[in-house]
Amino acid sequence: MKRPRIDVEANHRLLSRRAAILGGVQLAFVGALGARMQFLQVDQADQFRLLAEENRINIRLIPPSRGEIFDRNGVPLARNVPSYRIVIVREDAGDVEEVVQELSKLVSLDPDEVVRAMAEMKRSAPFLPITFADEVSWDDLSRVSVNAPALPGVTPEVGLSRVYPLGSDYAHVLGYVGPVSDYDLERIEDPDQLLRIPRFQIGKVGVEAKIEETLRGKAGARRVEVNAAGRVMRELDRQEGIAGSDMQLTIDAKLQSYVQARLSGESASAVVMDAQSGDLLAISSAPTFDPNLFVRGISSRDYKALTENKYRPLASKTVQGTYPPGSTFKMITAMAALEAGLIGPDETVYCPGHLTVSGRRFHCWKRAGHGWVDLETSLKRSCDVYYYDLAVKVGIEKITAMANRFGLGERHDIPMSAVAKGLTPTKDWKRRVHDQSWVVGDTVNASIGQGFMLASPLQLAVMTARLASGTAVKPRLIKTIDGIEQPSGAGESMGMNENNLRKMRRAMYEVVNDRRGTAYGSRIIDDAVRMAGKTGTSQVRNITAAERRAGVVRNEDLPWERRDHALFVNFAPYDNPKYAVAVVVEHGGGGSKAAAPIARDVTLQALYGGEPPLEAYPTKDRDRIKNQQQVLRGVQPLANIAGSDQA
Amino acid sequence: MSYLEYTVKNVPAGPRKILFLNWPLALLLAAVAGVGFLMLYSVAGGSFSPWAEPQMKRFAAGFVLMLMVAMVPIWFWRSMAGVAYLTSLLLLVAVEFFGSVGMGAQRWIDLGFMRLQPSELMKVTLVMMLAAYYDWLPAFRKSRPFWVLLPVILILIPVALVLRQPDLGTSILLLAAGGGLMFLAGVHWAYFAAVIAAIVGLITTVFQSRGTEWQLLKDYQYRRIDTFLDPGSDPLGAGYHITQSKIALGSGGWTGRGFMQGTQSRLNFLPEKHTDFIFTTLAEEFGFIGAFSLLALYALIILFCVVSALANKDRFSSLLTLGIALNFFLFFAVNMSMVMGLAPVVGVPLPLVSYGGSAMLVLMLAFGLAQSAHVHRPRQGH
Repeated sequence: MKRPRIDVEANHRLLSRRAAILGGVQLAFVGALGARMQFLQVDQADQFRLLAEENRINIRLIPPSRGEIFDRNGVPLARNVPSYRIVIVREDAGDVEEVVQELSKLVSLDPDEVVRAMAEMKRSAPFLPITFADEVSWDDLSRVSVNAPALPGVTPEVGLSRVYPLGSDYAHVLGYVGPVSDYDLERIEDPDQLLRIPRFQIGKVGVEAKIEETLRGKAGARRVEVNAAGRVMRELDRQEGIAGSDMQLTIDAKLQSYVQARLSGESASAVVMDAQSGDLLAISSAPTFDPNLFVRGISSRDYKALTENKYRPLASKTVQGTYPPGSTFKMITAMAALEAGLIGPDETVYCPGHLTVSGRRFHCWKRAGHGWVDLETSLKRSCDVYYYDLAVKVGIEKITAMANRFGLGERHDIPMSAVAKGLTPTKDWKRRVHDQSWVVGDTVNASIGQGFMLASPLQLAVMTARLASGTAVKPRLIKTIDGIEQPSGAGESMGMNENNLRKMRRAMYEVVNDRRGTAYGSRIIDDAVRMAGKTGTSQVRNITAAERRAGVVRNEDLPWERRDHALFVNFAPYDNPKYAVAVVVEHGGGGSKAAAPIARDVTLQALYGGEPPLEAYPTKDRDRIKNQQQVLRGVQPLANIAGSDQA
Repeated sequence: MSYLEYTVKNVPAGPRKILFLNWPLALLLAAVAGVGFLMLYSVAGGSFSPWAEPQMKRFAAGFVLMLMVAMVPIWFWRSMAGVAYLTSLLLLVAVEFFGSVGMGAQRWIDLGFMRLQPSELMKVTLVMMLAAYYDWLPAFRKSRPFWVLLPVILILIPVALVLRQPDLGTSILLLAAGGGLMFLAGVHWAYFAAVIAAIVGLITTVFQSRGTEWQLLKDYQYRRIDTFLDPGSDPLGAGYHITQSKIALGSGGWTGRGFMQGTQSRLNFLPEKHTDFIFTTLAEEFGFIGAFSLLALYALIILFCVVSALANKDRFSSLLTLGIALNFFLFFAVNMSMVMGLAPVVGVPLPLVSYGGSAMLVLMLAFGLAQSAHVHRPRQGH
């Protein structure tokens, strides 16, 4: 079949034309591809280069070492010690189950932990180390190291763990650290990247939590190259972090230890404060607990035991606990009246055992009454009627104002958890909160620190320090940060009449040193260090008229939680006040019996910078004190630590 | 023209034929393959295994295959067109029953020494078949409806079979190559206009119906189309590959990050870096200059094919050569558009560069045919 030449030629021309069109389309497309390349690789090159770097480079944080905490003399209170853990890398281990089997022959593994670790391992990339045992002892670690060839993929890792060498003595002051929880992350605004590190430890309560930022330091960073799966290929550079600041507390470890030991067995708290500088030398709450338990992760059984204990070991009673201050408040009422010029010289009030104010009868704690009492006697023998009488004359405004000047009703600025504000009631407050008007009976109750009045042991110590020094001293807990002395708590003069203050101190001296004083039994014999103080017994129940007729039930006959709180505040030495002390024994009964002896022992311990000589005690008490000292020596971790410069 | 009309005596014969090969084209192919070896060496982290070495062996085998095919007269190949087409079709049916499942799709038959992808073979045999058809068809019939329908059926049967595998990329390529060949053969442009209008109309209707009562597709199908068209809307899923690919390309800049210095490919951020996405490694390591050079090499290959085709007075040879060039063009154009984020990811390798045996052998076979057409072209005189 021969085709006409014309046909062939025409066909070829058409083919050429169509080929040219298609070729043109192809060329245009190649041009478009070229333009796209130019756009991506030339115009947007910088942006994509950046993205490539972001892909490739990962910032890994280096946790800084946490600041350590010491007492005022350099005794370590919170340290970082190396802690060893055993990790397994899946891709190196091969058969993980078998390796774990081998490992469990050498060290005891917690089965729960193993289950958790196995689950974590399944989820994570094969090159990530998974912790199988934490807080491994040195012996266990050596056993693992020796058997390393039989344990592929198993490596020991060193980290730093928080340890509180004096354990329970500082549970309430320092608090403790623990791994960051989801709750912590929610609570903190704009959390530090460090907190995202698994098991990173942060302060949970107490000083550890309150000055967390200072203690934590700044994270270092490692720039590493990673591949798409997240495996680190190499380290590009490294910038070391800044370690957290070391700090010194104002606490004297030796004294703190003693106080804690002295309080044991009671549900009690005590504060020892430098009356001039405001340094808190001891701030103890009993019973206490071992904060190290929380660092490691407390077992639910232990935790339950702590929460169910009726003495509430977890509560930081020195700052968190608020109590009716009872008779320890009488100095405030008296100062309010003195400063207002409402007590004349030699003015006396007759105490028949009760006082009727606007139709209601208010009883003195002594049913028979005190007879004629002046200011000094009223404090010495703690006559209530004298203060009822003052209250009516002075009014609640002046009493509350005076209380506030002495630091009651004020949230003192110390870095402990749950520092309470207490309560100094006003007429406005009662209307606002109880929707009732203030009645004169409320003032009468307030005058002896009952009714609405609430104060924490810390506030009582500050109040006593201000009475003793006449200055607006503030409590201080942090002595130095990074070796830099923090501002002192010493205050300006309170601007009160020095004669009035002197009268109060004298009366407080009589409370302890006069044969008829309520705290005579807890006096100090050493003339150089006489102490002045005030007892307080605050009711936690109402005494009904019927009970009063039948005779008030004695504290010893009441169930523990209904007994009165025992309080005592004091300062010493009387003529040159150095220390202010407040002691509260919850449901301890009378202040003179339960709180004053503790305060006296603590004060002596502070004054002598260690165990006081028996000669400081009244002769008839010496045998008993000797035994007590022997017992306490056994339970004080610091009793044998030499080198304190206080002695 | 039947083979009887070839001026056989002017065509070189015997071993002398090798001198009449389209040598520039052969060298260009070798150059592109060389780029492939380099890149496969690089993505393996500077190693000939596991990719560069087998690829070199395959190219050598492919080159020999090309020469062997080129030595056989083109009229023999034309007479084999129908057989070749039917064989590929049978093989396509065979993968339906005996094919192994690779990457979730039935694509290849294991021949023992190699895995045969009938769909690859089909790309060449379809072009052969259509070229033979239009060589045979008298010119005045080429736009008659019956004679248009016939090649359309020839195209749609393999397209349907490939789509079933499912391999969307290859079926689009087959469709485009077949359509292109019909266009080259001179079928009236109105047919193409009608088809394009119909496709545009269908797509518009499908999208217009979205959200209305008479919606043509299910919601999830629309969503799938969305991510298909715009992978950026799903940055961790489908978009991840394309994003990483663009980052690799872009970070190359003018001159690239240097041979074996591409962080994106070295650190495994690139997917399929030795196959479909190998171009990104090239672009990352050799920059715009390197990437554009490869594009230029490809364009030159097309150019040499077109020149050879137009200089050839034999209609079958011309159509075959142009069809093979078009196939080759579609290959790299779709791949490059895909990795540069211009087209959806459909799984088309970069010709001669991506790692892969049967694609390479089939391509060399196709260029062998083009070479045979070149060697055995009708000559004037004597």
